[in-house]
Amino acid sequence: MIPTSWFLILGAILFSLGVLGVLTRRNGITIFMSIELMVNAVNLTFIAYARELGSLHGLMWVFFIMAVAAAEAAVGLAIFIALYRHRETIDVDEANLMHW
Amino acid sequence: MTWADLLFLLPEIVLSIGGCLLLLAPVIGGRNNGVAAKWSMLLLLVATAAAIYVAAGAGIPSLALGTLFVADPFAVFFKLLFVVVIAMITLLSAEFLEDGRYSAWEYYSLMAFALCGMMFMASGTHLISIYVGLELLSLASYILAGYYKNETRSTEAAMKYFVLGATSSGILLYGMSLIYGACGSLHLEAISQAVATMAGNQALIIGVMLLGAGLCFKVAAVPFHVWTPDVYTGAPTPVTAFLSTASKVAAFAIFARIFYMGLHSLEPDWNSIIATVAALSMIVGNLAAVTQTNVKRMLAYSSIAHAGYALLGVLAMSEIGLQGVLIYMLVYAFANIGTWAMVMLLRRREYAGENVDDFDGLHKSAPLYAFAMVVFLLSLGGIPPTAGFIGKYYLFAAAISAGYAWLAVIAVLMSAVSMFYYFRLVVAMYLKDGAAADVIPSRQVRFIVIVCLIATLTLGILPERMIRGAARSIAPIVNLASR
Amino acid sequence: MTDPLMLTGVSLALFVIVGAIAVASSILVVSMRNPVHSALFLLLTFLCVAILFVSMGAEFVGAVQVLVYAGGIMVLFLFVVMLINVKALPKEKVFTATSMMGVLMGVLLFIILAIILASGTWAPAVNAPENLRTAVVVKTTPVVDAGGATIQTETVTRDVVGNAEAVGMALYRDYLVPFEVASLFLLVAMVGAIVIGKRELDASEEEAIPEFIAKKVSDEDRLKEVTGA
Repeated sequence: MIPTSWFLILGAILFSLGVLGVLTRRNGITIFMSIELMVNAVNLTFIAYARELGSLHGLMWVFFIMAVAAAEAAVGLAIFIALYRHRETIDVDEANLMHW
Repeated sequence: MTWADLLFLLPEIVLSIGGCLLLLAPVIGGRNNGVAAKWSMLLLLVATAAAIYVAAGAGIPSLALGTLFVADPFAVFFKLLFVVVIAMITLLSAEFLEDGRYSAWEYYSLMAFALCGMMFMASGTHLISIYVGLELLSLASYILAGYYKNETRSTEAAMKYFVLGATSSGILLYGMSLIYGACGSLHLEAISQAVATMAGNQALIIGVMLLGAGLCFKVAAVPFHVWTPDVYTGAPTPVTAFLSTASKVAAFAIFARIFYMGLHSLEPDWNSIIATVAALSMIVGNLAAVTQTNVKRMLAYSSIAHAGYALLGVLAMSEIGLQGVLIYMLVYAFANIGTWAMVMLLRRREYAGENVDDFDGLHKSAPLYAFAMVVFLLSLGGIPPTAGFIGKYYLFAAAISAGYAWLAVIAVLMSAVSMFYYFRLVVAMYLKDGAAADVIPSRQVRFIVIVCLIATLTLGILPERMIRGAARSIAPIVNLASR
Repeated sequence: MTDPLMLTGVSLALFVIVGAIAVASSILVVSMRNPVHSALFLLLTFLCVAILFVSMGAEFVGAVQVLVYAGGIMVLFLFVVMLINVKALPKEKVFTATSMMGVLMGVLLFIILAIILASGTWAPAVNAPENLRTAVVVKTTPVVDAGGATIQTETVTRDVVGNAEAVGMALYRDYLVPFEVASLFLLVAMVGAIVIGKRELDASEEEAIPEFIAKKVSDEDRLKEVTGA
């Protein structure tokens, strides 16, 4: 059996990459993809722990996280489309009517 | 699932069915009837308040439900506060919805679902119920922030709120997953039992830190505050009132419950971090507010500072601290909504009425409103005859008794700074001659201003009932924490 | 257990290969300039993660991961990326001071997490590890008591069942209310996406009747038009 900590570290890599993407990218959609990476890392971590603990409770989280991710995707992409309609850009820095 | 369980969940059931009905109502005509939508929403809120009373006496739910939710006085306190706040925001929103450019039914329905999410947050004792409630609130808030979709600023506000909100949810979740691994459960009581035996477990500590970072985003505390000024400025003003009051209060409800119920024995590991966050929020929020000329931005920074004050109550980990959080949330809600109602009062088009200059000479054209605004600002600043003083008194006393005298000193100094920028508005209203700000007080806004004025003064002069109520509400949580 | 994936060599190779692909493709997700390429690499990452889920014994979650993420969310992403004219977007500036800070913070975060997680301390296991198949099963059986009346007795057992069954039992018993809340936020998302995404029509546009309906052309006229008579 693969040690749990390997899965945890894989999760940490994906999570850190997601954070890195959020911090470095300026394109709204790519930022959102990085957020999805973070969420996937969370799912991986939950399941790795659930396997280690032999408990289904960690597994259940993944379903709720997926439902939230789907809902967030719908709302977020609608917001991006609305913004694109206004400004012809989804660059979070170009969207600077109000300064950061 | 038994009948008792359904009774127990009655407020949430009433709200979610009501929210769906609000969506379906336009099908039978009256698509653009904002007035009908407003009254339907108010009716729904009355029904919800009644359901909260019924559910509070519903007894203990069955085991499956009882591990996820409770209906303790703490939850009831916050649920009632949410209903009152949303009712006021409903009235504030009526004006901008009545011109028919934006659909009122969907707006109120989203508001109802957001309220439902806040109620789940207030009553959740398992991180999953808190999380789903939080997400329900957040999703509705993203949409509401972008509700002026013909205004670029509103859409930008929604985008910034969404991107940063989704990131913070991811961080929060990662923290929860690490806590799950360390504790083996995400029920707050199970966490508190597990945590008591594992001081110094690093995975647990980093999990708690990530969870705390996510929560700090939701309450808009420094260094996770960058979204606040832009979102508060860009969102429609009633939605800003909603974000700065309702969703902040809800976030503090879970902040307090998670830290008091679940993580109290881990206090030595997180207290210095929370203390730093509280100090930074007070300093950055107040100093940045001084330089603002836009009232909405100024109030946004001031709300960051208020998050800092309220964190003192979480930090103190004592009965008086938790009591302080509850009292502060109550008085903050009234003063804050009153202030936003005043900003609404001065609006000429969607966004006007938001510069400090717009308040010039208000004293002459509308003396009652000018007086009300002074009372709200005094309450936000924490000056004695108003309710804000009681709230700050409890929080600062809690900080001192918990050994954070230095934080209390910062808090007092920063309150003085805050009076400086609040008084800029007072000076504008009383000492300057403006172009006689054209005040168009609609009935609803006038009603809200008067209600908030009465509440702020009454709670300040006769605070005994509020203090006793807060003491009763925190009893179950404090008993648990001291065990 | 005789799960073939448990054989050390095979499972090790699977983990290393799939994990490496997942890491490589997620690096590409955050570094590709074109969002379409990012989206496709994200899809690859999702699939790798789904394989890892299955290898951990969570078959049902793996299947849902493919359906929801790869099937639903990614299609939505690609749809929007296509809708927004990617070519016309201004070029992103790479290697600015802030992006270097971001890289630094990401790497720092990873080092901290890796050091802490590698040492690996977690709560004691409830069941035997690697057992995501145990469900709490409540059986209701009628029993005739001494007085001749029939009463229902509930027996709670922990049975080893399939992963999907175990998940179903937990989802609809212990997590029923959060599950209902999930339906609420999906509804909110649906309403919100329509409210925000729908282009607001002017009153004149909304009222306007399309030309082909407004202009009622009778068959005879059409015939005349076609034949040129």
